[in-house]
Amino acid sequence: MKIVIVAGTPGAGKTSLLIHTIRHLKDRGCHPAVVKIDCLYTDDDVRYKKLGVPVLVGLSKDMCPDHFAIYNIEEMVEWAKEQNADILIVETAGLCHRCAPYTKNSLGICVIDATCGPNTPRKVGPFLTSADVVAITKGDIVSQAEREVFRERVLEMNPRCRIYDVNGLSGQGSAEIAKEILECKDVENLENEELRHSAPLCICTLCVGETRIAKKFHRGVLRRIDGFMKYVGE
Amino acid sequence: MDIKEITILGGYDKFGNPERVRELTIKKGEILGVVGPTGSGKSNLISDIEQLAQGDTISKRRILVNGEVPPVEMRRDPRKRRIAQLSQNMHFLADMTVEEFLLMHAKSRGIEKDGIVDKVIKLANKLTGEPIDKDCPLTILSGGQSRSLMVADIAVISDSPIVLIDEIENAGIKKHEALELLAGHGKIVLVITHDPVLALITDRRVVMKNGGMKEVIETTEEEKEVSRRLGEIDNWMLMLREKVRHGERLTLKELELFC
Repeated sequence: MKIVIVAGTPGAGKTSLLIHTIRHLKDRGCHPAVVKIDCLYTDDDVRYKKLGVPVLVGLSKDMCPDHFAIYNIEEMVEWAKEQNADILIVETAGLCHRCAPYTKNSLGICVIDATCGPNTPRKVGPFLTSADVVAITKGDIVSQAEREVFRERVLEMNPRCRIYDVNGLSGQGSAEIAKEILECKDVENLENEELRHSAPLCICTLCVGETRIAKKFHRGVLRRIDGFMKYVGE
Repeated sequence: MDIKEITILGGYDKFGNPERVRELTIKKGEILGVVGPTGSGKSNLISDIEQLAQGDTISKRRILVNGEVPPVEMRRDPRKRRIAQLSQNMHFLADMTVEEFLLMHAKSRGIEKDGIVDKVIKLANKLTGEPIDKDCPLTILSGGQSRSLMVADIAVISDSPIVLIDEIENAGIKKHEALELLAGHGKIVLVITHDPVLALITDRRVVMKNGGMKEVIETTEEEKEVSRRLGEIDNWMLMLREKVRHGERLTLKELELFC
């Protein structure tokens, strides 16, 4: 089965782009299934269901959606197999925008919005720098010069990626994204599949519900503002 | 690649009807006007050319370069795209200074020349009343300054054989000079305009309706004369505008020349 992992900033147009892309995939005789991972709320499953494709929603609540997606990937693949799907598309929401959701043999697609300004590619993490494909949306709202500067900044951060200008409203560029999906290889076994980049680090007592902020309560792997990192605890 | 002509192959209008104009070729050295009411699809036509659409936009138009489907790299890579577009989007969102932005844009086009920033700013300042400084944040530029900067950027950095211009007259800048700067020599130029002076400068104009190309009109000799005389009225208006701008008073006597 092909596994496609789509990540990007909120409101960039991931779902809109995917809806156009899935239409192209279905026209070519493919059977994609979609898993939408979000934090608190989504109604995107309604939009996907209109296309007649199997949809599963996962809400990660107060957990990082990428960690959540990774812990559930085997279940997602099992589910997609039960749906007789040949492509699993995982759309993940991102929380801190330093996400590292792609695995080595999946196709990693980063969707990013040109209106967030050309400094944004520097501020976000592996979801941009380790993507195979970068889809830039909303380019019609900015000038040609600004679009080109944005593209250049993306290339500075990820020189190997393939960039497409896409438009979630008109579907422009979605045929190229569908072609990328059709050409990507199958993931043979998940047992040996690895992440491309380690997920954002945070192992501390705050993660499991500590609310007191004084220094004496800090436990876990802690990084101080001077860059010093240490472990406090048993 | 030497670009000699581009061809627009007609697609569909807003209602799904095939466009009346099925094929339109624009040759090197020609300025083509694009006219039509607001919402008639002028900007979409320009953007189809900018993207070198191949049936993948709303209109389903296809664009040929020298009679052939352009190579994929020409569509994707701005270094090979060779199309400059002056859009209506006048506001910059990039959190950068004018200098940083221009250097970055030059880099994206594969140009590394000393003094390129000064050259663009000097040119831009000829078109606008309020001078632009290279240390200015882009986001605080006024509409006129942004437009002038983009015109100058197109003339210097994205100097391309195909130039697409969307409503230059709305920018509050010197439109004739801007057009002269952009059109240069031996280029393929498309100008969207509601301004009769600019529309009649062209040899042909395509008329848009409901998102489709309705017809192509050749400019008559009489219209050229109309354009020339309107140009005089325009200059007169400009002169009056400058007087008001500089705090002078106007009198009825100043109208006598034309009214």
